[in-house]
Amino acid sequence: MTTTPVVIEARDLNLTFGAGDTAVQALKDVNLQIDKGDFVSFIGPSGCGKTTFLRCIAALEQPTGGKLTVNGLTPDEARRKRAYGYVFQAAGLYPWRTIAKNVALPLEIMGYSKADQKRRIEEVLELVELSGFGNKFPWQLSGGMQQRASIARALSFDADILLMDEPFGALDEIVRDHLNEQLLKLWMRTQKTIGFVTHSIPEAVYLSTKIVVMSPRPGRIHEVIDSPLPRERPLDIRDTPAFIEVAHRVREGLRVGHSDD
Amino acid sequence: MKTLCSVLVVIAGIVGIWYLACVPMNIKGVLDQAQRAGEVVSPETAKDRRDVKAWALVAQNSFAIDRVWSVERPRLPAPHQVVTELWKTTVEKKITSKRSLIYHGQVTLTATLMGFAIGTGLGILLAVGIVHSKVMDMSIMPWAIVSQTIPIIALAPMIIVVLYSIGVQGMLPKAIIAAYLSFFPVLVGMVKGLRSPDTMQLDLMKTYNASGAAVFWKLRLPSSLSYLFASFKIGISAALVGAIVGELPTGAVAGLGARLLAGSYYGQTVQIWSALFAAALLAAALVAIIGVIERVLLARMGAKS
Amino acid sequence: MMVFAALCVWVCGWLLNLRLARSAQSKTLTVRLTVPIIFGVTLVVIWELLVHGLDVPMVILPGPTQIVARFATSLPLLWADFTQTILKGALGGYLIGCGAAFATAVFIDRSPFLRRGLLPVGNFVAALPVVGTAPILVMWFGFDWHSKAAVVVVMVFFPMLINTVAGLRETDHMQRDLMQTYAANYGQSLLKLRLPAALPFIFNGLKIGTTLALIGAIVAEFFGSPTVGMGFRISTSVGQLALDMVWAEIVVAALAGSLFYGGVALIERALTFWHPSQRGS
Repeated sequence: MTTTPVVIEARDLNLTFGAGDTAVQALKDVNLQIDKGDFVSFIGPSGCGKTTFLRCIAALEQPTGGKLTVNGLTPDEARRKRAYGYVFQAAGLYPWRTIAKNVALPLEIMGYSKADQKRRIEEVLELVELSGFGNKFPWQLSGGMQQRASIARALSFDADILLMDEPFGALDEIVRDHLNEQLLKLWMRTQKTIGFVTHSIPEAVYLSTKIVVMSPRPGRIHEVIDSPLPRERPLDIRDTPAFIEVAHRVREGLRVGHSDD
Repeated sequence: MKTLCSVLVVIAGIVGIWYLACVPMNIKGVLDQAQRAGEVVSPETAKDRRDVKAWALVAQNSFAIDRVWSVERPRLPAPHQVVTELWKTTVEKKITSKRSLIYHGQVTLTATLMGFAIGTGLGILLAVGIVHSKVMDMSIMPWAIVSQTIPIIALAPMIIVVLYSIGVQGMLPKAIIAAYLSFFPVLVGMVKGLRSPDTMQLDLMKTYNASGAAVFWKLRLPSSLSYLFASFKIGISAALVGAIVGELPTGAVAGLGARLLAGSYYGQTVQIWSALFAAALLAAALVAIIGVIERVLLARMGAKS
Repeated sequence: MMVFAALCVWVCGWLLNLRLARSAQSKTLTVRLTVPIIFGVTLVVIWELLVHGLDVPMVILPGPTQIVARFATSLPLLWADFTQTILKGALGGYLIGCGAAFATAVFIDRSPFLRRGLLPVGNFVAALPVVGTAPILVMWFGFDWHSKAAVVVVMVFFPMLINTVAGLRETDHMQRDLMQTYAANYGQSLLKLRLPAALPFIFNGLKIGTTLALIGAIVAEFFGSPTVGMGFRISTSVGQLALDMVWAEIVVAALAGSLFYGGVALIERALTFWHPSQRGS
């Protein structure tokens, strides 16, 4: 194994919401290292701090203790350098903008030229298989298409890191399978580092090179599982013994993490 | 708590600006008076002072500054003058006196309440009709909505005079104007409220084979209440405006509108301001009372506070 | 005879509407427009027939034809009144008041302290009979349209202010977080996110303002005006018992009000086509 650059590193990260009796420890002594090109899933029951951790990386929350670096910078410096794209649980597209204009939003804010904007919009819409829908308004599209558009929006300014907070949580299983497959292809093509929060064990196992199992009260990392599966993953890999074996380990981890509180 | 603090600061700021504004607003009047009393002011004649900026006058006649807050007929009375006038004309005067604001307020209030009762009663009845009859809905609703965009208050003087010429006068004409103004908001709000139950809730009633009356009493009416109270609040302030405006064109002798009009005829600014504040207090009190009734009623129906 | 005819017209109109409303095409735009028009025309015809049938004197209620005749013969006068009251007083004050309220809203939105303090005060003032400030403002700004515009400014300011402030708070957490991940500055997130999101609220304020502006401009003229203007004409014509003139002015006021409101609503439709309330039809 040659030295892959470390992209995200957390050392003894702590975060407490509130103070006194009402204080909630959302993250306790989190240690994690994410390398370039990793696809890392965070899985765990609600309240385990998986979303909070992702928001810390994105500088949307301030840790109360410990150290967290993104590309060797603090999360806030990384945010100012526009180091990552963030995909939320809901698509959150602006209803007053067309799909193309929505994808252009971060580009406008970051001051890309008009020609550059146009090229990038075409490129990312192609990437999420939405070419030809640029002139539609979000409310004219299905939920799955809206979520793909929001991924395109996160990809448009070519950040190295993609942070996704249960992006497919609100979609039905069939659409979800399809989007998972597309996301893997996209990851292989772009070589991005992806942080992915999910509730679903099959989704986590299918997508990730590294699965972070978390447990609640206080939110902490219970186990980090490195997936032995190859990077090339057809959908039917989910019926292989290797896949079932990893899924079993994740389920065991979740159960143990849950039972000790 | 934080909100209360900010509100108090903002109000204090407004009062401060008000006091400050009295200086340039009233300085000319003060100087005219001082000149008449034989004091030395600069420039010396009212004609010369006309073209001088108010603040320059203040700077040249600094002796007069403290008088701007106690002029008898100021262009802008100071807050304490208004409060004193309010106090004198409410607490110190007998209620039966023609100069008592309580007397005038009560005249306007009865017209408002009577009009509000008529207007909301008709509005609710018509709304019930509209919700249950498609042809009424299609015929009347567009006109009710359009009528909200036109200044129906322009009708007020005519209503008064026409009613007067057929022998109706006193409180009723004002109440009719008030009723007219509160009618449309209540109608539109009530229709919206009675329509607010969603398809699922209506379908549920259908599975019970509920009668139209049962659907109305058990589903439509309860779910319309919050809409109804919202339009009540709009309706009562509209009714008050209607009652006040209804007092203007005929030169009525009693009522808050009459006080406003008389004040503006005789240049009694303090009287105008105190009538205005009385009207404001009345409006606030009426809206607050409706708010309390709403809260009590909705709380008894188990709504979240 | 006429009264009987009126009754017939009423029954016919109602039956016609009943059939239209129950017909299969009752959802089409034509029928949805026809039904209220039939209703309105029926009312006007009945009004005309009753006025003649019952010999109602003109000082109580002129018939529609008399009003139309008066309207047609006094066009220059009505136009002068319209210019004075609507174009100068109402529109001028409306533009100043709404503009000032918008600027104030954007300004106080930056300070949570001011927002907390001004919003309850604004809500309070918006419920008051602000029209009552008319005598004071007429005293300050003179009899001409400036004082009417000032009344309108005071009347539209607070409804517009509270609507705009509420609109600027309308964005949800996620949308603001998104802007933060782009490291957008204040101006960018105002222009690209918060103002567009606030538009439906802003237009609500603007629409409420149209009616208030006309009310303010007309009522302020009851407290003193030059010898032109709709409020002036209404109060003097009432005094002369020239009720056909009063009704003609009321027609002008109704037309002006609907056009004003309709114009704002059209702009709203063009700018907020994306909002669920506009997508419905």
